[in-house]
Amino acid sequence: MLRYIIRRVLWAIPILIGVSIVSFFIIQLPPGNYLTALMASMRATGESVDMSQLQTLSERYGLDEPMIVQYWKWISGIVLRGDFGQSFLYTRPVSDLLWERLGLTFILAFTSMIFVWLIAFPIGVYSAVRKYSIGDYVMTFVGFIGLATPNFLIALILMYVSFTVFGQSAGGLFSPQYLDAPWSWAKFADMMSKIWIPVVVIGTAGTAALIRIMRANMLDELPKTYVDAARARGLSGAHAVTKYPLRVALNPFVSRIGWELPELISGATITAIVLSLPTTGPLLLEALLAQDMYLAGSFIMMLSVLTVIGTLISDLLLAWLDPRIRQGVVG
Amino acid sequence: MSRARTDPATAEQAAASAALGAPVAPTRVHVAGQWRLMWWKFRKHRLALWSGVLVLLIYVVALFAPFVAPKDPNDYASAYLYAPPMPVEVSLRGPQGEFGLFFKSYELTATTDPLTLEKTYVINRDALVPLGFFAPTEPYSMLGLPMNRVLFGPVNYEQPFYLLGADRLGRDVYSRVIHGTRVSMTVGLVGVLISLVLGIVLGGISGYFGGFVDDAVQRTIEFLKSIPTIPLWMGLAAAIPTVWSPIAVYFMVTVILSLVGWTGLAREVRGRFMALKSEDFVTAARLDGCSEMRIVLRHMVPSFASHIIATLTLAIPTMILAETALSFLGIGLRPPVVSWGVLLQEAQNIRTIATAPWLFAPGVAVVVSVLALNFLGDGLRDAADPYA
Repeated sequence: MLRYIIRRVLWAIPILIGVSIVSFFIIQLPPGNYLTALMASMRATGESVDMSQLQTLSERYGLDEPMIVQYWKWISGIVLRGDFGQSFLYTRPVSDLLWERLGLTFILAFTSMIFVWLIAFPIGVYSAVRKYSIGDYVMTFVGFIGLATPNFLIALILMYVSFTVFGQSAGGLFSPQYLDAPWSWAKFADMMSKIWIPVVVIGTAGTAALIRIMRANMLDELPKTYVDAARARGLSGAHAVTKYPLRVALNPFVSRIGWELPELISGATITAIVLSLPTTGPLLLEALLAQDMYLAGSFIMMLSVLTVIGTLISDLLLAWLDPRIRQGVVG
Repeated sequence: MSRARTDPATAEQAAASAALGAPVAPTRVHVAGQWRLMWWKFRKHRLALWSGVLVLLIYVVALFAPFVAPKDPNDYASAYLYAPPMPVEVSLRGPQGEFGLFFKSYELTATTDPLTLEKTYVINRDALVPLGFFAPTEPYSMLGLPMNRVLFGPVNYEQPFYLLGADRLGRDVYSRVIHGTRVSMTVGLVGVLISLVLGIVLGGISGYFGGFVDDAVQRTIEFLKSIPTIPLWMGLAAAIPTVWSPIAVYFMVTVILSLVGWTGLAREVRGRFMALKSEDFVTAARLDGCSEMRIVLRHMVPSFASHIIATLTLAIPTMILAETALSFLGIGLRPPVVSWGVLLQEAQNIRTIATAPWLFAPGVAVVVSVLALNFLGDGLRDAADPYA
């Protein structure tokens, strides 16, 4: 087990480095550099450009030096000092903007994942046990629709329905009175009362996919002879299903979390933009459109880093669940 | 068609009696080629079959978009801002009382509320809009051909015709959705083609040579899969300069989408190569002195081509959804390009969709085509292995 953990953790390191390189690449993509963008934005707002300030910034980010030095200055600042650079859009350090929004993004993705599980698991089993029943067909159909509908479209439709039928807007994550309030139980409860709309939106596609996987897994297991044997021994129908085939079918289901997480984060980003949630999505889009690249690059990097860590944890969990994986027999 | 029709019962009987060792004359099932067997299996999936027909139809519409759409997608009319869909009536009597199939609609008149400036449209029963097939229009060119008729539209071209309502500039939503089919459906095709090249080359190398090369490619794939795609795509797409021509932007967007899209395909190709490498017929070909190139192209590729086609079909919808999402956010394709994602940008505002829910129409088009492609892909995947 220990060897597996060490190998898996070590393997995460090159991925994290790769993620940082890709993010740095994205920061460098727009024409010009941080200074030209900053100057353009300052001119647009009519601020005077202070040459000595620009000089300091240029040195801080190493803008006159080769790319590799710039990368090193950027990444060492993040790793050693937690300095993600400066956002000129908000004239605040990027790290100030980053943490609260990242936290909410992950609360959202995590809640969605639990939602996906709670819904997909029983429905998948039901669809397999009652194969070709009306319920199975309805679930399969709904699942396909869920897969085929883009997240933002579901969000728009939910907004439309809540606006026209209930006369209220579905956007946001907090009621106005809690918007700037410090965290409290009341604020948390308020968030929970609103979070279900984005959770349903983000979770739909994942739920549909997992239902199909769960159903297929169960269908593979159910006709096997050990199930017949269990029945023949006199186990009741429900017992014969839950006792053995369900456990076997659960494994690929668990290993899906690792793949599910990047998708959920993707979904959370775009859904948040449509529903204007105070998560990373809207700010990332805003930063990209304004070419506030340190802000945008940091968001992309931190979203990816947390996804990699989440996948790592899910892999370790899976290894703990399934001895075959830690022995290196499967996967 | 009739020649291909076979009775599954006879086929099974034949197979059963063959297994029993009874001497049977070779039936069609025994002599049919691989592709024929696949077609027979695919045909049994009614849903997949009809989805295939629908997908074909959608691509035909895309090809002949200017002919199918009654109006120019950029024609605007200030009298029809956010006009609702016009009703279409069918009657068996023409204006002079003659028999036949006649379609008609009525013009809409707007009344503006003096207080809220909100427009309400009422059907003007006096202003008839006769509709017809092959209605004449202003001359346009389609695929290089000069044309002056459309499939279905108002008999008098000057008259308005809004089958699915109008947008904020009074442009015809229906015509715009039809024209959007072109870009949205081909983004998937072009993107999948780029992914195919990348996937086959890298997946093939990975699976054929194995060892260090395989490790490197597999780690790259794992790396790409562990990054959340939408933020990555957003970062890349936002860097496309705004001054680029629509065509350049279009190709850049498809390249960006395939940058991630090839991974699934590469895995599939690699898996097939791995499985086939040790097959007897490959060993036989090698012993016969075939070159590596010939082994791959002549012996291995044909046996997994069907799987690749199925995987490709399932990859197209992902591309379509991605393009729609990016364009919707305003960092993919941009107006004046007409794609479903660009059209859905109009529906971003909650007040707008509350007054003009028909702006969801491009979304319906997305869902329908993605569903059809998914069903088709599922059917193809099941049929890809006709011996199973």
